[in-house]
Amino acid sequence: MKGLWLDFERPIIELESKIEELKGIRGVDAEINKLKSQLKKLKKSVYSNLNRWQRVQLARHPRRPYALDIIKEITEDFIELHGDRCFADDKAIVSGIAKLADYRVVIIAEQKGRDTKEKISRNFGMPHPEGYRKAMRIMKLAEKFGLPLITMVDTPGAYPGVGAEERGQAEAIARNLFSLATLEIPIIVIILGEGGSGGALAIALGDRILMLENSIYSVISPEGCASILWRDAARNKEAAEALKITAEDLKKLGVIDEIIPEPVGGAHIDVAKTVDNIKSAIIKNLMELKKIPIDKLISSRIEKFRNIGEYKE
Amino acid sequence: MWFRKKVKARPEEKLKLPDGLWVKCEPCGEILYRKELQKNLWICPRCNFHFRIGCRNYITLLLDDAHLDEKDKDLEAVDPLNFPEYKKKIKSAQKKTGMKDAVVYGLARIGGIPVVFTAMDFGFMGGSMGSVVGEKIARAIRLARARRFPLIILSASGGARMQEGIFSLMQMAKTSAELALLAKERIPFLSILTHPTTAGVMASYASLGDIIIAEPGALLGFTGPRVIEQTIGEKLPPGFQRSKFMLEHGLVDLVVSRKEMRNILIKILNIIWESG
Repeated sequence: MKGLWLDFERPIIELESKIEELKGIRGVDAEINKLKSQLKKLKKSVYSNLNRWQRVQLARHPRRPYALDIIKEITEDFIELHGDRCFADDKAIVSGIAKLADYRVVIIAEQKGRDTKEKISRNFGMPHPEGYRKAMRIMKLAEKFGLPLITMVDTPGAYPGVGAEERGQAEAIARNLFSLATLEIPIIVIILGEGGSGGALAIALGDRILMLENSIYSVISPEGCASILWRDAARNKEAAEALKITAEDLKKLGVIDEIIPEPVGGAHIDVAKTVDNIKSAIIKNLMELKKIPIDKLISSRIEKFRNIGEYKE
Repeated sequence: MWFRKKVKARPEEKLKLPDGLWVKCEPCGEILYRKELQKNLWICPRCNFHFRIGCRNYITLLLDDAHLDEKDKDLEAVDPLNFPEYKKKIKSAQKKTGMKDAVVYGLARIGGIPVVFTAMDFGFMGGSMGSVVGEKIARAIRLARARRFPLIILSASGGARMQEGIFSLMQMAKTSAELALLAKERIPFLSILTHPTTAGVMASYASLGDIIIAEPGALLGFTGPRVIEQTIGEKLPPGFQRSKFMLEHGLVDLVVSRKEMRNILIKILNIIWESG
């Protein structure tokens, strides 16, 4: 289990387990209280000042809830739908129909694996073209039946492999952007963990873009950026700072609409609370979007992306 | 504001590239005499590889009277993220190319047919797409829609410009969304792919042409070959991601020599477009 905690989490975890150990013993209440106030201080000092690289680590945390963990909790009757009808069923993307509170919805989500076997079957959350084409099929299905679409992003990026190129990775991503732009249903996008470049964006063009507090969204991974810029992938911390990839950064830059709060320490510390926050954010936004006539929804969706970018004339 | 300036290439400037008596062909390794290569429109006589010639030379090659009525010529990058070295890099690219950023667009005619023509230049920071490229492409698409002129975009790009971070990524969404609106008006978009076109540009507008035409030998794809080799841990076969590979895998409509490009564009437009 030791490997499943980050360096900056370890002192906190150790202190917590010390408190747990003492709890069974009589006459150490004073000691426990002292440790508890120590723990509070420690948490505050660690989590109130997370740097961007630490956010990256939290976004990639091995205990972080993945899409299916969340879908299972926020929906009823989730029915997963498989395959792109052309080539394969890409398990790095899951999709399906479900009920969510009073709504009937369609969900498309990038899915990472928890253990080694699942990681491999999910290809570490890196979709192939058939994954994006499955997403395309399902978004068209959502449009046909007038069901709002919720997409969840969690990928290091689209898979960089031979088969992916042979089957048109670039075209698959481009075609999704093209289709999402004028899809005649409300679209809510939630960045859950890693928003890795084009592989993330391929399912992230929508009416509302939400990010979990410790998720990241970037044009390139900090490692990739560092190796291009300084020919040294180890300078990932500097690259993370330069790229400005946290939810807070993107909100300030006007690229996303809303940050979904996480419990202190990150989504994995209290998954139930995280799931609650996600669910209420979805319901709130669905309520708002459902009131907007579809023509207006599409024109403001396009306007939103039209306005992103800075230049001088 | 719209900026209008007529750009006319003088004949003696035709297809000029930097000096050096001998040039090595990248894919086949042949050493070529520069003057001969220039006479051959920078096409390798041995392997048919099309050297990069920069966007100005395409104005000469493809447009009537070698003339582009260029728009938004002065649109210029800012440094929205205060990214290390970015300002310096823009300055030196501007000095090197005489361009403000990596793309030009405007009104032109091809075989008498009015079009909106857009060309990228790999010489400007690898043709990378930041806010300026994204905005100019978006405006070109809107201009085509407003005037009801066919749109031609000639791409050459390594992808999104890292130094503008998330803004660069979002230009993919912006340009693709504009193309969706253009398509609803049934106005044709011809995408020409030149060496190299990859990543964020390939994964947005470059792949969305009604008809996609590649120059021979161009490297085209999502991930660059070096990264793929690192990922799979083996060497890629020769020809991987080149134009012929793209044609064989159904990812482009045509592979057309630079010498024939103008003629093909005219023929296509005469069939699919009645500007009436």
